[in-house]
Amino acid sequence: MIKGLLGKKVGMTGIFSPDGEHLPVTVLEVGPCVVTQVKTKATDGYDAIQVGFGAKKSSRVNKPVAGHLAKSGGRAFSLLREFPVDDPEQYEVGQTITAELFSIGEKVDVSGTTKGRGFSGTIKRHGFARGPMSHGGMNKRRPGSIGCSAWPSKVIKGKKLPGQYGNARKTVRNLVVVDVRPEENLVLVKGAVPGARSGYVEVRKPKF
Amino acid sequence: METIRALEQEQMRVDLPPFDVGDTVTVHVKIKEGEKERIQAFKGVVISRKKGGATATFTVRKVSYGVGVERVFHTHSPSIDKIEVNAKGRVRRSKLYYLRNLRGKAARIKEKRF
Repeated sequence: MIKGLLGKKVGMTGIFSPDGEHLPVTVLEVGPCVVTQVKTKATDGYDAIQVGFGAKKSSRVNKPVAGHLAKSGGRAFSLLREFPVDDPEQYEVGQTITAELFSIGEKVDVSGTTKGRGFSGTIKRHGFARGPMSHGGMNKRRPGSIGCSAWPSKVIKGKKLPGQYGNARKTVRNLVVVDVRPEENLVLVKGAVPGARSGYVEVRKPKF
Repeated sequence: METIRALEQEQMRVDLPPFDVGDTVTVHVKIKEGEKERIQAFKGVVISRKKGGATATFTVRKVSYGVGVERVFHTHSPSIDKIEVNAKGRVRRSKLYYLRNLRGKAARIKEKRF
């Protein structure tokens, strides 16, 4: 079986479980994904399935990719990703995989691209405390001391400083699948998922 | 967004009576105790209603043995058996948090006259 599928974040809401509990859920549009390539140990050294998700104008696809996609029916996908698979013989190029892959109660890992926050200071980026805003406080949102003086006379690597925050790949592990609706291609997971609405996500079965 | 609205529409209850902030209501809540299920009533004044589709909530406040008790209910929760509207109140605010600072006679709400 394929170990994951591509999807899109629809948004968050709340639903009631059968025993009346209110659960915060993220609605994900998962699949349908089309198999664009089957990789096997014999040909590629490992077993994997490449799938495509989302529509894209065929005029936006460059010639090498268009040639590759022609093997699976010529449809242009906005996203192509590989997932490991146990039994690559079961899949063939052009086949469609739907959200039926996931079942209720199962745990999944979800990866997405977080919302970009640009070049951010240490308070937003690392949760540093702020200095006094009044009484002559000069250290309002500054990072403070970043190390010692004569020794080691350099800033230690990995020091938390201002910089690009967000717009990076993040994974949330072990989210519980609350509901699966294959006819609408929806998977509902409990909790939050990285990224903005309509951002692409990978929904994977956990490794362990 | 349309998908979420459709999802929420499924969850929402249409059998509840209309009630507003300031009304005195009795909320009958289903409580599970092991295997058995029983119904508990909570009577008080609605001091807040929060919108939000299927995730909407309302807060009921009552004074029990001199201690103020507030309970937040999910409006569309299946564990609400029924809601009885005992009295309509005349209030000029959408959130009656000021009742927390009042007690006794001052904490009464005028009944709505039609």
